[in-house]
Amino acid sequence: MSADTKALYQEVILDHNRKPRNFGPLEQASHRAEGHNPLCGDHLSVALGIEGQTIARIAFEGESCAICKASASMMTVAVKGQALPQAQSLIRDFLAMTTGKLDADAAPQIGRLAVFSGVRNLPTRVKCAILPWHTLQAAIDSQARVSTETGAEASPQRTDTP
Amino acid sequence: MSARQADLSCTTASNRSVEAFDLKRIRADFPILQTLVHGKPLVYLDNAASSQMPQPVIDRLVHYQTSQHANIHRGVHTLSELATAEYEAARRKLQAFLNAAEAREVIFTSGTTESINLVMHGWGRKFIRSGDEIILTTMEHHANIVPWQMLAAETGAKIRVVPMLDNGELCLDAYEKLFNARTRFVGVTQVSNALGSVNPVKQMIATAHAHGVPVLVDGAQAAPHMPVDVQDLDCDFYAFSGHKLCGPTGIGVLYGKAALLESMQPFKGGGDMILSVSFEGTVYNTIPHKFEAGTPPIAAAIGLGAAVDYLCAIGLAAIARHEHELLQHATALLGQLPGVRLVGTARHKAAVLSFMLDGVHPHDVGTLLDEEGIAVRAGHHCAQPVMTRLKLPATVRASFAFYNTLAEVDALVDGVRAVQKVFA
Repeated sequence: MSADTKALYQEVILDHNRKPRNFGPLEQASHRAEGHNPLCGDHLSVALGIEGQTIARIAFEGESCAICKASASMMTVAVKGQALPQAQSLIRDFLAMTTGKLDADAAPQIGRLAVFSGVRNLPTRVKCAILPWHTLQAAIDSQARVSTETGAEASPQRTDTP
Repeated sequence: MSARQADLSCTTASNRSVEAFDLKRIRADFPILQTLVHGKPLVYLDNAASSQMPQPVIDRLVHYQTSQHANIHRGVHTLSELATAEYEAARRKLQAFLNAAEAREVIFTSGTTESINLVMHGWGRKFIRSGDEIILTTMEHHANIVPWQMLAAETGAKIRVVPMLDNGELCLDAYEKLFNARTRFVGVTQVSNALGSVNPVKQMIATAHAHGVPVLVDGAQAAPHMPVDVQDLDCDFYAFSGHKLCGPTGIGVLYGKAALLESMQPFKGGGDMILSVSFEGTVYNTIPHKFEAGTPPIAAAIGLGAAVDYLCAIGLAAIARHEHELLQHATALLGQLPGVRLVGTARHKAAVLSFMLDGVHPHDVGTLLDEEGIAVRAGHHCAQPVMTRLKLPATVRASFAFYNTLAEVDALVDGVRAVQKVFA
């Protein structure tokens, strides 16, 4: 197996895929967003309980591939209890790391999320890793829906067949 | 010259002996099959997405560009006449391939998608009215859904959908019951790209015609894998893509019955599709030129003709037999693996195998198989409605061509076992 793929499918990620943390519905969420990767069928929703300026509670649901699910799981562990500015900074760093613009070594707050650094060399899987983070950002920004195909908020045109 | 007299008529080639199918010689014709992927020999099982091109077709494209190219139809110089002759000869090859009654019933397009859009614009927008009904099936590719949705939105027509059984067969009783006084058109795929189901289109066409309703057949997954006779099917339109049968990308065919094509309005306007142009009035050209505006993909059309020659020399019946053997072997081996679920188990199938692994998302299966050099597709395969019907977000799809081997099927099965180990 090539080094990057091996790194991605290592124990930590497989563990988070098998037993995703903070997976399930969230009672009385204050913020919520849905994310969708139409190319591979990844679909997840992120729900937040923001109290003051802190992400007090977070949960995610949905059907997705191992990389997406593990990324979402590790994301919820990382941002739970964080102040919003900290969380947003981590989102930026994670997106930069997975798109090759930031070295994991240069950002200590990345921590265990560094396991996803190899995805930058697997272009077909980058969107899987970053979908949960875009969705988290959308939830914070109170946008209802994001898609990997349109970047920010998606307002897809419907054919509206009668 | 009638279609049946053509030297490389597929009808005569299909009678060739089974010995003509020399798999080793065939594979040697495809240089890309020597590629290594992640250091492993390429096992190319994504033929439903696109097929590979044999050296004779590659050579034909190079020869055209080296010695024959000029713009066609209007030049008086030698190269122009030569290019025109080769382009129109390619059209006749496609006529023979489909057993169409006339060459002018073969229109070159950029592929199946454009072919269907051409019918929507040329026939649908002219004849469909508010309240009219268009019948499609659950297992259509998006290319045979979205154009009709666009038409319905514009005209106020309604789309009715033929339901599907869990095994991937159409409910033919339900199909017949969909017909009423407002039914105007049927669009149906001959072979499902997601499930491999082969639909009884000849029978479905007969039913439609009994109600006076024309039928468009999406032949993208059928034409590469089985003999197609449009007169025998009696379809009104037939569409397919060149790159799925060893031809270049950017070229495909729309077959239409001459009377229908003549009744249609043009799709694209421009040069070549006209007889005369003035600001006072423009006279459209006759078929097929009415639907071939502008400079066509000349090289690609000639390449498609060469691909058809190549396939017919092997024989579509021989191709179908070999692919059926691959399908049976793959179905048996994968079907026996614990934790593997086959998706699409119609009684009559083309060599397409969709499957799911328990606890492993198709995208992960695809990535890990790629590590073994195995190319499959993971996703909804541009057939979201059939995925929704089966309550699946996506499947892994292996799709075979005549140059695949039983050993490659074994490699796929070994690869699937290896994926299961990673996630155990």
